Amino acid sequence: MQDETIVQVEHLRKVYGPVVAVDDVSFEVRKGEIFGMVGPNGAGKTTTIECIEGLREPDRGRVEVLGLDPQRDEYALSERIGVQLQESALHDRIKVWEALDLFAAFYSRSIDWGPLLEQLGLAEKRGALFGKLSGDQKQGLFIALSLVNDPELVFLDELTTGLDPRARHAMWDLVRGIRDRGKTVFLTTHFMEEAERLRDRVAIMDDGNIVALDSPENLIRSLGAETRVVFTVEESFEREWLTGLTGVERVERIGERVVAYGRGSELVGSVVSGLTSNGVDFHDLRTEQPNLEDVFLALTGREMET
Amino acid sequence: MREPIAFFFTLVFPLMMLFLFGSMYGNEPSDLLGGLGSVDVSVPAYTAMIIGTTGLVSLTISMASYREKGILRRLRATPLRPRAILIAEVLVLLLITVVGVALLIIAAKVVYGLRFGGNAFSVLTAVILSTLSFFALGLVLAGLVPTARTGQVVAMVLFYPMLFLSGASLPWELLPEGVKRFARFLPMPHVVSLLRGLWIGEAWSEHLVNVGVLAATLVVGVVVSVITFRWE
Repeated sequence: MQDETIVQVEHLRKVYGPVVAVDDVSFEVRKGEIFGMVGPNGAGKTTTIECIEGLREPDRGRVEVLGLDPQRDEYALSERIGVQLQESALHDRIKVWEALDLFAAFYSRSIDWGPLLEQLGLAEKRGALFGKLSGDQKQGLFIALSLVNDPELVFLDELTTGLDPRARHAMWDLVRGIRDRGKTVFLTTHFMEEAERLRDRVAIMDDGNIVALDSPENLIRSLGAETRVVFTVEESFEREWLTGLTGVERVERIGERVVAYGRGSELVGSVVSGLTSNGVDFHDLRTEQPNLEDVFLALTGREMET
Repeated sequence: MREPIAFFFTLVFPLMMLFLFGSMYGNEPSDLLGGLGSVDVSVPAYTAMIIGTTGLVSLTISMASYREKGILRRLRATPLRPRAILIAEVLVLLLITVVGVALLIIAAKVVYGLRFGGNAFSVLTAVILSTLSFFALGLVLAGLVPTARTGQVVAMVLFYPMLFLSGASLPWELLPEGVKRFARFLPMPHVVSLLRGLWIGEAWSEHLVNVGVLAATLVVGVVVSVITFRWE
């Protein structure tokens, strides 16, 4: 990955009346990465992204995108970025191909959108009216529209909200595809899992501020949280010896359920081989890794509401 | 045509009015109408009705609904200028207006032998002036109303009285003097008066007040709508 900065935000602040949407936010996005901004609804993600896109004027702070000022160079910038808005629509009676042709005509440079539609699984919906598309298909069309000018930087705001899990996974593949074609992706989401899967780097936002910014791995590691190995056993099972295994720090038992807590990569292996070599009849073994939800909880003291 | 209802009121409804009243009264010359037939005086009035529909109703509702649905928001994220959106919308509706008027005139000519004593170019100019003037009104409304639904209500509340108080549907001559005095403050009677006059070959100079009112509406409307324009 290159370290060239493509978006630079310094001390961004935006207030709506008495509500501080974005308090004081600074960060940068590097060329070629997927930058995720994650946090609960109302954390200020959309306001931040819209200030960067040039759709909103910041009250304070400096924003630079592709070397341009989004307020002063609004039109020059919009040629070079792709935007998918959280709330947006097209005319209900416009056809898919008409919308794509129309948007392609807005830009001085545009790509052949046929393959794009193919990739989004919308090829057979070319002639369909926008109003007749399902939520997933509309979202797909908005993605296509955001890519029609072959942008250097793509903004995806709440990309998968309202999509079913399968469509969500397909969308994730697509976003990785966008990055793999050399573009930079800036996305916001309130799904921690999405941020964890997609991200190169994640900014966790809460209450108008960024509370953490790093790769998900580093964020989770910095938490120092334990991995859990959970399994069920017979009533007669004695748990004490488990504590002696490599990597296991402590063991809890609730009825038939046993939870071994520990750190490091040996934990799972040593628990499983310990159980097997002792001839224990165990079921439903699974591991629970700490995830970004735990990071959010640790940083804010609150659960992420989803 | 993405709006079947607007399509109906602009292109079909005026024809229905024409055939309905045409079949009732025919188009025989009548002393009461200064030697003209009923259809001859109705066609300029229905033209005003078409202009009112596209300008005041269609434009208001479509712009308000573009904004409400977030279509304008999405367009804002493209290099498209706001004026390009407005000009495109205005040109399309202007074209629809002219087509609606042309259909009306052709039908009246073919079926009822419509009489025309004016200059076609003059009448076309007046139609365009009137239409633009009503578009300006529509844009002002579109900028003021919060939602498309409100826009529809406000446009109808303004449109229907104008329709009845302008001579576009009821004959102007039958209106009480007090109502006429009030109605002169509305733009629609000026459209009807201007079109009727030019239709029978009167000169522009006889309708300076009409032209003045429409031009003023146009200028004020454009200025106000530019100030009140909102993306969302």
